[in-house]
Amino acid sequence: MSPTPSSPAPLLYRHRHLLGIEGLTRPEIGSLLDLSESYIEPIRSKTKSALLVGRTVINLFFENSTRTRTSFELAAKRLGADVINMQVQASSIKKGETLLDTAMTLNAMHPDVLVVRHPDSGAVNLLSQKVDGAVINAGDGSHEHPTQALLDAVTIRRRRGRLEGQLVAICGDVLHSRVARSNIHLLTTMGARVRVIAPPTLLPAAIERLGVEAFTDMRKGLKDCDIVMMLRLQSERMHGSHVPSTREYFHFFGLDYGKLDAAKPDALIMHPGPMNRGVEIDSEVADDIDRSAIREQVEMGVAVRMACLDVLTRPLRSNAEA
Amino acid sequence: MAGRVAKLPPRPTAFRNARLIDPASGLDAVGGLLVVDGLIADVGPAIGRDGLAESFEIVECGGHCLAPGLVDMRVQLREPGEEHKETIASASLAAAAGGVTSMVALPNTTPVVDDMAGLEFIARRAREAKGTKIYSYGAVTRGLAGKDLAELGLLAESGAVAFTDGLAAIADARVMRRALSYGSTYGLLIVQHPEEPQLADGGAMNSGELATRLGLAGIPRAAEVMMIERDLHLVAMTGARYHVAHISTAAAIDAIRAAKERGLKVTCDTAPPYFTLNETEVGDYRTFAKLSPPLRAEADRAAVAAAVADGTIDCIASDHAPHDQESKRVPFALAAPGIVGLETLLPLSLGLFHNGQIGLLELFKRLARSPADILALPQGRFGRGAPADLVLFDLERAGRIEVDRFRSKSKNSPYDGRPVQGRVLRTVVDGRTVFEAEP
Repeated sequence: MSPTPSSPAPLLYRHRHLLGIEGLTRPEIGSLLDLSESYIEPIRSKTKSALLVGRTVINLFFENSTRTRTSFELAAKRLGADVINMQVQASSIKKGETLLDTAMTLNAMHPDVLVVRHPDSGAVNLLSQKVDGAVINAGDGSHEHPTQALLDAVTIRRRRGRLEGQLVAICGDVLHSRVARSNIHLLTTMGARVRVIAPPTLLPAAIERLGVEAFTDMRKGLKDCDIVMMLRLQSERMHGSHVPSTREYFHFFGLDYGKLDAAKPDALIMHPGPMNRGVEIDSEVADDIDRSAIREQVEMGVAVRMACLDVLTRPLRSNAEA
Repeated sequence: MAGRVAKLPPRPTAFRNARLIDPASGLDAVGGLLVVDGLIADVGPAIGRDGLAESFEIVECGGHCLAPGLVDMRVQLREPGEEHKETIASASLAAAAGGVTSMVALPNTTPVVDDMAGLEFIARRAREAKGTKIYSYGAVTRGLAGKDLAELGLLAESGAVAFTDGLAAIADARVMRRALSYGSTYGLLIVQHPEEPQLADGGAMNSGELATRLGLAGIPRAAEVMMIERDLHLVAMTGARYHVAHISTAAAIDAIRAAKERGLKVTCDTAPPYFTLNETEVGDYRTFAKLSPPLRAEADRAAVAAAVADGTIDCIASDHAPHDQESKRVPFALAAPGIVGLETLLPLSLGLFHNGQIGLLELFKRLARSPADILALPQGRFGRGAPADLVLFDLERAGRIEVDRFRSKSKNSPYDGRPVQGRVLRTVVDGRTVFEAEP
């Protein structure tokens, strides 16, 4: 039953948690991407591993999610872990039990990995300071969503062979997007060039200090891009209205074939989901099997999450062997 | 029997061999100070030189600095309503330990101090605490709701020293105009929390690169100056007295400087975090670095320090804001803003002196004389007949801030472990020693 190491690649990621991409080095990210790719074949051949048999993974979600939670659940089950899903409504937090109370309670159950999503930036960092197990940030407020950036990177790497030198446009609600922030950190670290395109009301202050070029015109921003990453318009995070209407937003910032013409002819279209069709992306473009990598992103998501669970439990497993 | 003894007036006291610092007269010399019946009877280099009458209790100051006790014009007491965070008694102890001999409480308690009963409650509890003098602000608007004026005149007659809506800006221009206009009839001082609330709405820290990296909604610096500039127009219209609390940006300082040059009756204060820290203190979501207004960019911090030195900023207040762990051990956006400040006000302010940015006399103008003048209180000076509210401190003594030693019930301070120079040795209120450092 002793599991064989899943990858011969040297382990470069040595952090206890995965809270964000910011601060990770190029070799660390590279090794996570390599390991993720090694999990694609087992997923496709439906091979179940015993790597995490006897280990517990708790998916602790303070925000509604189907896609990410399912992806983590499947990844953990493919590795043989016991998985518990906890969906905590933000309202029950308000009833008195604090985030840290919840963390302490769960900690007493000795999970090996906590996968946490929370509507507030920094909440996952806070929780990680109070628990013994490894913590994976599955999205905190408008801060980071590291596994999304990793799966996007794997997708790009497989389609284009490399990240370095790619010209990537991240379009839409950058202000509220944790996906945008994690992708900016990852892509700039790996040597890609990044543009962000949005109306000024959806661009965060000083965004260019993160090493990106900012545009407020889709056609100008998309010019010669290799990759077009669309973001979901996050009405639920907005204080007041940032754009006059979804109709106007689609007119100027929705991705349709007209605007896509400015990008390279073979530009790849990505979206973290769930999509607002007709708001940030035209349905036809989203479903264009020649251009859209959206389905592949979902598939890579499982591989990336398997890799992250693998990496973060290695110290535990080597202790157990010793 | 002990109770009867305590009621006797304290013995006349002579402070001998002190470095006297009086920002009102410009005195900075070694000498002595006599206290009789709680009032300063005499002060000067000659006192104590040729011996003193036997009736005096002698306090040998060992050459340390003796200055007017600090007058802290911005403190949140939390009593009534949130006594688990701070009480009038615990705040009095903290103030005494910090060399603060007078403090002014914001009206944002539960219930709000918008009527005479609230003022009387605080005054009674302050008398019972027998420590630092406590004064109260009255609310400008009922319930701090920003709509209807509180009974400003009656509150002033009952002892409110000035008026403010505390942490809330008086946002409605018409309400602010009326408050200034009505208040000017009685010479009342209106104190504003300078922040355009719509622009700041939802913000958790200073707007900029760090907020963007952390995914936190930012509060633009302009939110401060635009509220001040609006108010200055209303001040010019009404001729009222106007004070801006906790200034944090360079642009706001420029606006105040220009208004003073135009002759408007405008004053302002800041708090030590705004000249000792900048936004990078937030780091990895440190909620102890969450303040309102937020910590700003380094250029703003430097501008605040310079404005304290050149006098554009009139006063330094502690902006004491006690919070329990539950208010701070939460995600950053949800955390309550503010830090405790009574026990760090003097050592952090002395940092400006030790940096060579300000002289001691000027510094004590900011800490004692100017706030007393603005609030029309007789203390903050060494005049004959002034209340004997004093702080004796070791100017040079190096140490570290240790939050575990705070007398305040709350320990929310980002300064734990920070090296500082200067230590309070003794605090005196109306001639009575209310704090004495362990030797």
